[in-house]
Amino acid sequence: MHPAFSVIFLTTLIGAGQGLFLGLFGAEALSLLGVLPPPGSDFLALGSALALVFLVLGLIASFFHLGRPERAWRTATKWRTSWLSREVIVLPAFMGVVFLYGAAHAFGFNPPLGTLAGDVPVLLTVVLGAVGALLAIVLYVTTAMIYACIKFLQEWHSPLTVVNYTVLGAANGFTLAAAYAAWAGVPLVAFLATVAIVLTVLGLGTRSASLVRNSRIKSKSTLQTAIGVKHPKIQQKSQGFMGGSFNTREFFHHMSAAFLRGMKWIFLLGAFVVPAILLLVVLVTRIDPVNLLIAAFVIQYLGMVAERWFFFAQANHPQNIYYQSVA
Amino acid sequence: MAQTPSHEIKNTTCYMCACRCGIRVHLRDGEVRYIDGNPEHPINEGVICAKGASGIMKQHSPARLTQPLRRKPGAERGDGEFEPISWEETFEILAERLGHIRETDPKRFALFTGRDQMQALTGLFAKQFGTPNYAAHGGFCSVNMAAGMIYTIGGSFWEFGGPDLERSKLFVMIGTAEDHHSNPLKVAISKFKRQGGRFISINPVRTGYSAIADEWVPIRPGTDGALLLALIHEIINKGLYDRDFLVRYSNAGQLVNMDEDQDDFGMFLRTEEPPEEGCYDAQNQLWWDRKTGRPVPTHTPGADPFLLGEFILDDGTRAKPSFQLLQDRVAEYTPEWAERVTGIAAKDIRRLAHEMGVTARDQRIELPIAWTDSWGVEHESVTGNPVSFHAMRGLAAHSNGFHTIRALSILMSLLGTIDRPGGFRHKAPFPRPIPPCARTPKGPEGVQPGKPLDGMVLGWPASPDDLFVDDKGEPVRLDKAFSWEYPLAVHGMMHNAITNAWRGDPYPIDTLLIFMANMAWNSTMNTEEVRKMLNDKDDNGEYKIPFLVVADAFQSEMTAFADLVLPDTTYLERHDVMSMLDRPISEFTGPVDSVRIPVVPPKGECKPFQDVLIELGSRLKLPAFVNEKGDRKFRDYPDFVVNYETEPGSGIGFLAGWRGKGGEKSLRGEPNPNQWEMYAKNNCVFQYELPRSYQYMRNWNKGYLEWSQRNRITRYGEPVLIHLYSEVLMKFRAAAQGKGTTRKVPAHLAKRVETFFDPLPFYYDPLEHQSTDKHTYPLAAVTQRPMAMYHSWDSQNAWLRQIHAHNLLYVNARTARAAGIEDEDWIWAESPWGRVRCMAKYSEAVEPGTVWTWNAIGKAAGAWNLTPGANESRKGFLLNHLISEELPGHDGPISNSDPVTGQAAWYDVRVRIYKAEEGEPQETSPQFKPLKPYPGQSTRARVLNFFAGLGKR
Amino acid sequence: MTQLALVIDLNVCVGCHACVTSCKEWNTSGDAGPLVDQNPYDADPTGTFFNRVQSFEVGEYPNTETVHFPKSCLHCEEPPCVPVCPTGASYKRESDGIVLVDYDKCIGCKYCSWACPYGVREVDAERKVMTKCTLCVDRIYNEELPEWDRKPACVRACPTNARLYGDIHDPESVVSKAIREAGGYQLMPEWGTKPANHYLPRRKTQLTIREDEVERADNPLKIDSQLPKPGQDEPSLDDVTSW
Ligand SMILES: Nc1nc2c(c(=O)[nH]1)N[C@H]1C(S)=C(S)[C@@H](COP(=O)(O)OP(=O)(O)OC[C@H]3O[C@@H](n4cnc5c(=O)[nH]c(N)nc54)[C@H](O)[C@@H]3O)O[C@H]1N2
Ligand SMILES: Nc1nc2c(c(=O)[nH]1)N[C@H]1C(S)=C(S)[C@@H](COP(=O)(O)OP(=O)(O)OC[C@H]3O[C@@H](n4cnc5c(=O)[nH]c(N)nc54)[C@H](O)[C@@H]3O)O[C@H]1N2
Ligand code: SF4
Ligand code: SF4
Ligand code: SF4
Ligand code: SF4
Ligand code: SF4
Ligand SMILES: [Mo]
Repeated sequence: MHPAFSVIFLTTLIGAGQGLFLGLFGAEALSLLGVLPPPGSDFLALGSALALVFLVLGLIASFFHLGRPERAWRTATKWRTSWLSREVIVLPAFMGVVFLYGAAHAFGFNPPLGTLAGDVPVLLTVVLGAVGALLAIVLYVTTAMIYACIKFLQEWHSPLTVVNYTVLGAANGFTLAAAYAAWAGVPLVAFLATVAIVLTVLGLGTRSASLVRNSRIKSKSTLQTAIGVKHPKIQQKSQGFMGGSFNTREFFHHMSAAFLRGMKWIFLLGAFVVPAILLLVVLVTRIDPVNLLIAAFVIQYLGMVAERWFFFAQANHPQNIYYQSVA
Repeated sequence: MAQTPSHEIKNTTCYMCACRCGIRVHLRDGEVRYIDGNPEHPINEGVICAKGASGIMKQHSPARLTQPLRRKPGAERGDGEFEPISWEETFEILAERLGHIRETDPKRFALFTGRDQMQALTGLFAKQFGTPNYAAHGGFCSVNMAAGMIYTIGGSFWEFGGPDLERSKLFVMIGTAEDHHSNPLKVAISKFKRQGGRFISINPVRTGYSAIADEWVPIRPGTDGALLLALIHEIINKGLYDRDFLVRYSNAGQLVNMDEDQDDFGMFLRTEEPPEEGCYDAQNQLWWDRKTGRPVPTHTPGADPFLLGEFILDDGTRAKPSFQLLQDRVAEYTPEWAERVTGIAAKDIRRLAHEMGVTARDQRIELPIAWTDSWGVEHESVTGNPVSFHAMRGLAAHSNGFHTIRALSILMSLLGTIDRPGGFRHKAPFPRPIPPCARTPKGPEGVQPGKPLDGMVLGWPASPDDLFVDDKGEPVRLDKAFSWEYPLAVHGMMHNAITNAWRGDPYPIDTLLIFMANMAWNSTMNTEEVRKMLNDKDDNGEYKIPFLVVADAFQSEMTAFADLVLPDTTYLERHDVMSMLDRPISEFTGPVDSVRIPVVPPKGECKPFQDVLIELGSRLKLPAFVNEKGDRKFRDYPDFVVNYETEPGSGIGFLAGWRGKGGEKSLRGEPNPNQWEMYAKNNCVFQYELPRSYQYMRNWNKGYLEWSQRNRITRYGEPVLIHLYSEVLMKFRAAAQGKGTTRKVPAHLAKRVETFFDPLPFYYDPLEHQSTDKHTYPLAAVTQRPMAMYHSWDSQNAWLRQIHAHNLLYVNARTARAAGIEDEDWIWAESPWGRVRCMAKYSEAVEPGTVWTWNAIGKAAGAWNLTPGANESRKGFLLNHLISEELPGHDGPISNSDPVTGQAAWYDVRVRIYKAEEGEPQETSPQFKPLKPYPGQSTRARVLNFFAGLGKR
Repeated sequence: MTQLALVIDLNVCVGCHACVTSCKEWNTSGDAGPLVDQNPYDADPTGTFFNRVQSFEVGEYPNTETVHFPKSCLHCEEPPCVPVCPTGASYKRESDGIVLVDYDKCIGCKYCSWACPYGVREVDAERKVMTKCTLCVDRIYNEELPEWDRKPACVRACPTNARLYGDIHDPESVVSKAIREAGGYQLMPEWGTKPANHYLPRRKTQLTIREDEVERADNPLKIDSQLPKPGQDEPSLDDVTSW
C-alpha cells in the first residue's frame, strides 16, 4: 500500500494518547489499591489534557485523509458493518471520557457513585477512568481491525495486527507517561518506565512475530487467479494506461526494496531497542530522567511512525497484480 | 435519477479514422455529449471504436487551428512562428501565385494529400489545374495491395473487397493489424469465431486481431512471398486446386508463346480475330483442348483445356498453358526452401497448405442462386470454397510486396475463392478490368499552361506505352511515378515528393500544397533530413521549395513548416462525401456511398478545405468550377456535390443515391437539389443492393457486368479473367528485352525492369535486405497500428493519449537478453540511416528477428499543442528516423520502394539495438526545438472536467 | 433475485479499448460525471476511467498467447467493498445487485477501494469521491432511451460483442448460458467475493486432416495426366498368375 501520512499520524498519535491515558489511570487505580503513591489530581488532570492533545492531533491528521471532510459526520452511520465507522464512534467517545476524567480531576469533582462490597467507595474518576481504559482498548481494536479485517491484505489479516496496535500504542503511551511523570516530578517514573519496558519488549516480540509471519506469506492471489488463465508463465504487457491512475498511486509505495528494508531496521531500533535501552538506563542509573525519558518517547514515537509506514508499505494489495506494466 | 441522454441526436459519418462508421451524435445544449454507433448503418451496425467514442475530445483539443496563419516575416520554417491573416488575403495570395503558375508551367504546383477521403475532389482540382503532380496517400500506404491484386484478380482488399467471413470456415489473416475496415472486420471476426471458424494469423507479431487467432504463425518480415509460393507449390503438388474454377475463370489454360526468339515470346497465343478496341482483356486466346487435342479459342463450348503440358502449334510455335508455367515457377519453391527463408517449419507450411486445400475442396458451399456467366452458360447455383484471406501492409509495405501479393492472389485463385461465398468478395466499383481503364497522359505534352491535364492524374498502365515519360524515357511527374523506374506507381509516390522537389530532380517546383498529411513527421521517411529540406535555401537565400501551403485541422509537425496554414474543419463540422468516384463504403452485396453532415458549427474561422478548393477553382477559373462566361458555378461544396456531373449531362456525380430531379433514380440521374436532405433522412448512407444473382462471380457474371455497364460503373461488359500469368507485366519485360513495338526502356533501367516485371510471381529479398549487412543489422524493424490511435493525429486527444502516451520498442526477450538489454532499458535502435533512443520492452509475442513499435505515437516537442514535457516527445519515439526514402543505386539514389509499384518500403528497414550508455539522458533522441502554441489556439487545460452542456467547468 | 452483470468473452476480445472510451464518454456527462482528466496535454496524463483494457502475454515464444483483458467493477455478490464503507455511500442494490457509490454521501476515505481486491475503484481526483462502474444504471433503466439502447455504453460499443450483459441469476439469460456453455469463470475466486461479472476463456478451433484425406480420387492432376502412372509394360501380377 501507499503509506498515507494522515493515517500514519492518526494511528500513532492516538495510539500514544490512548497509552498515556492507560498509564494515568493505571497509576490512579493502583494508588487506590495502595500499591503506588497517589499521583495527585493535578498530575492526572494535566496528563489527561496531554492525552487529549495527542488525540486531537490524531483526529486532525485523519481529516487530511478524507476527500470530503465536511461530510465526516456521515462516517458514524455504518457501525454495524464497518470497523472504520466503529473507530469513528469510539474515538470521540474516548476523547469525551478523557476530557471528563481530566475535568473531574482538575475541578476536584470526584463524588463517590456508590460503594462496593467492603465499603470501598466507587469514585467518579475511577468509573470514568475504567470506562476510558476500556474505550482505549476498544479503540486500539477498532483501529487495528480496520486493517486486520481485510482478508486479502494478508500482511494485515491477523490477530497480530490487533495485538501490535494495542501493545505498540500502549508502550509508546507508557513511555510518554513516564516522561511526563519525570517532568512533573511525580514518583511514578519507575512504575511507568517499567511497564513501558515490558510493553516495549513485548511489542518487539509481537511485532517480530508478525514480521516473521509476513515474510512467510505466500500470496493467495496470483496472475493466474487474477485473470483466470492457468499457465505458469504470464506477464502483463500493458495495464491499459500510461500516465498513472488512482490504482498505481494508492496501492504501492513506489520505493525500493532496500528502502523498505532500511525502514524495517529503523523502526526496530527506533520503536523498540533504543527506547528500551533508554528506559533501562533511567531505571538502573541515577541520571536525571527527564531528558532521557523525553528522548525515549520522541525516538519511540518516530520509531512508531516508521513502523506504521512500514506496516502500510509492506502490505501487498492483490490489485497490484493488475497494475504492473506501463506500455 | 435518469439522465437526459441528449436534447438532440444527429446522424453523420465518423472520421476518427478511414473506416467511416455511421455515428449518432448526441448534443446537449449544442455541445456534443455522446457519440455512439448507428445501428442502422451497414458498416458498423451500431458499434463504435475507441477513437470514435473519443470524438468529443477532438472538438475540445487545444491543438485545433482556428484561423488562417502566415509565417512571420523573418521566422524560419519549422519554428512555427505565425501571424493570423484573413481568408480574403489568403485567397488573394493563393490565387495570384497559383494563377501565375498555371499560366506558365502548371507542373510547378504540386498537391499532395494524405489520409483523406476526398480524392475525387482533390484529384479533380489537380487535373483541372493541369498539374501532373498530384497524389494521395496510396503510394506510401498500400499501393502494392491495390496493384498486386487488381492486376491479378481485378479487385483487392483494402477498401475494395474483403473476406466473406459470414460463410467462411478457414480464415487466414496475413500482415494485418487494424486496417481500414476496422469495426466491420472486428464484428466479422468475432461472429466467425463464434460460428466455429478457424482463424490463422501470419504475422511476426501477435497483438490485436492476431491475439484471438486459433493459430499464430510468426514469420520473418518481408518473406511472405516465399511462404505463399511454397503454399502454392504444395497445393499444386497435391492437386488441391480448384481446376474447374481455374479453367473457366482464370487464364490457367491459356497458351503462352514459348519461342524465345519470337517478338511475342511470353505473350498469349491468340486467335486471328483482331482484338476489339477498348480497355479490357480481349478474349481471343487459345486453349489446348483435351478432347480434340487441338488448339481452340478459350471457352469454346465443350472444350476443356490442358492446364499442364507443352504443345506445338501447327506453325511450329512452342506453347505452354500458363498454369504449367506457374507449376514450373514454383517447382523450386519447396516448403523446405521456404522454411529457411521464413523461419516457418516446412511441416507447418505443408499442413497450412493442406488445411487450405482440403477445406476448400471438402467444405464446398452451394447457394441456390441461378446466374449466367459471360459466355452464356447458365448455372443453377453459386458455389464457393470457404477459405478466405485478408492481408494488408505486412505484405504491402515491402519492396517485394507486389510479387508477394500477386502470389497471394494466385493462391486465392487456385483455391477457387474469388468473388465466391466464403472466399474473397468484391465491393463496387470492383471488379474492374485488368488493369482498370484510367490512364495518365503519356508524355509531357499532356501538361500545358492554362489547360487541364490531358488524362487522369493517376492511372493504370496496361503497357509501356501508357507510361508518363518523355521521349528520353524520363519522368514527367515530380515523384517519378509511371516512369520506367516505377512503372506501375498507380497511386503516385508521395514519399519522394519533398526530396525530389528539394533536389530539383527531375525539376524544381514552386508551390507545394499539402492537405491532411503530416509529411514533416510520420508520413515521411528520413524525417530529420526531410525537415531540413523543407527549410533549406539555395545560394540566393531562396527556399528550395519556394512556397509551402498546409491545410490541416491541427497543429501538426507539418504545419510548423508552412508559409501559409489553412485551418480546416473537423469531421463534425463539415460536409463530406464517400463517393463512388473515390473509395465508397460499398458492401459485398452492392454499392454503398455515404456522407457527412455537420452537427456543430465550425470552430473559429475554420473553413472546410473543400470550400477552399472550390473557391480557388472558381478564382482560377478552372473549367469544372466556372461556366462558359467564367463565372463561378458552385456556391460551396454541398452545392458542388449536388450539381457537379463528370461530364455535362452524364448523370454521374459525387453521390449515387437519390439522383434525378425528385430523388427517384440511383447511381445515374440528373442532379437532385434535395439530395443532402435525403441522405440526412437515411442515416447518411445510400445502399444499393444488387439482385442476388449479381452478387457473386462478378468478374464473369453476365448480368452483373451488364448492370455495371448500364450504370456506367464500367465502360465494358467483358469478363475479368484472373491473371495467373500476367501478360501486362510481360509487356514491360519484353520492352526491357528490346522486343515488341512498345516504348523502349532506357538502358540503365533495362535490367531492373526485366527482373521485376516477371509475369509470374517470384521471391526476392526485399531490396533493403539485399543491400544491408545482416550481421551488422540483424533485426527487422516494423510498426503496427494501435487500435486506439489514428496515425499522428490523436495525441491531442485527452482520452486516447492516456492509453498510448508513449511507445516502446518491443523486442523478443531472448533477443534482448542476448544484447544485454533489460526490460524497459533505454536503448539505441540504429539502422544504416540513423538512430533513435527509445525504451525496450520484452515480449514473447514477437518473432526473435523482429522488433516493433506502435506507429506514430512519438511526437516532436510542443507539437499538437502538448507541452514540451509531454511523454510523446520525451519518451515516445518515431521509427521513421531510421527509415530512408532512398537507397543507394547504381546511378544515384533510387526510391526505397517496390520497383514495380513505387510502394514505400516502410517495413524493410534493418536495425541493431544496444543499451544506451550510463548517464545518457533518459529521453528519446533526436529531439527538436519545442514548438510554441500558434495564434488562435485555445490554452491547454491543466485539469479537464468535461461535462457536456455546461461548457468547460 | 436479479443480479445484473457483464460477461466478457476473452475468446473474441481484440483489445480495442472501445469499451474504455465509450464508458468514459457516457459517464463523464452522465450521472457519474464529470470524470476528471489531469495533465490532459502535459506529462503523464491521468484521469478517472471505470473500465480499462489490459494486455498479457501467456507462455513463451513461439507458444505465446496474447490475452486482452478488460476489467471494470465486477459487481460482486459478496462485495467486500460495501460493508467496510463507514458512510453507507457504497452499497449493493437489492433489486438488481448493482454495486454503487452514492457520491453525495461519500467522504472519499478510499477505504472501500482498499477492500476491493480487483483494483476497479478510482477516487476522482477533483471531486474527491469514490467512483466506479455503475453498470450504466443511468442507461439501462433510462426511459428516454429506446428499449434497444438500454444497455451499458461499453456493451453497445464493443465491436466484437465480447461484452455480454444480463441477469446471471436467470438461468435462461444470454449471460447465464454463456457462462454455462463456454466455461465462464470468476476472477480471484479465492476471496469468496463471488464476482457477478464472469469471463469466458479462449476456445480453439482445430482442424484435423488425416493423411489419406489430402489427395483424392478426383485429383485434378490426373486430368492433366500429371500423376505418375506405371508404364503398361512394367511387370504385374497379370503376367505370372492365373486364377
Ligand atoms: N486504429 C487505427 N486504424 C488504422 C490506422 C491507424 O493509424 N490507426 N491507419 C489506417 C491506414 S492509413 C492503414 S494503411 C491501415 C493499415 O492497416 P494494417 O495493414 O493492418 O496496418 P499495419 O499496422 O501497418 O499492420 C501491418 C501488420 O503487418 C505486420 N507485418 C509487418 N511486416 C510483416 C511481414 O513481412 N509479414 C507479415 N505477415 N506481417 C508483417 C505487422 O506486425 C502488423 O501487424 O490501417 C488503417 N487503420
Ligand atoms: N514508420 C511508419 N510510417 C508510416 C506508416 C507506417 O506503418 N510506419 N504508415 C504510413 C501510412 S500507411 C500512411 S496512410 C501514412 C499516414 O500519414 P499521414 O497521412 O501524414 O497521416 P497523419 O499523421 O494522420 O496526418 C494527417 C494530418 O491530417 C490532419 N488532420 C486530421 N483530421 C483532419 C481534418 O479533418 N482536416 C484536415 N485538413 N487535416 C486533418 C492531422 O492533423 C495530420 O496532420 O503514414 C505512413 N507512415
Ligand atoms: S472505426 Fe474509424 S470510423 Fe469507425 S468509429 Fe472507429 S474511428 Fe470512427
Ligand atoms: S469488484 Fe471490487 S468494487 Fe466491485 S463489487 Fe467487487 S469488491 Fe466491490
Ligand atoms: S471512499 Fe466513499 S464509498 Fe468508499 S468507503 Fe469511503 S465513504 Fe465509502
Ligand atoms: S457498464 Fe457502464 S460504467 Fe460499467 S464499464 Fe461499462 S460503460 Fe462503464
Ligand atoms: S470493446 Fe470489446 S473487443 Fe474492444 S477491448 Fe472492449 S471488450 Fe475487448
Ligand atoms: Mo495508410
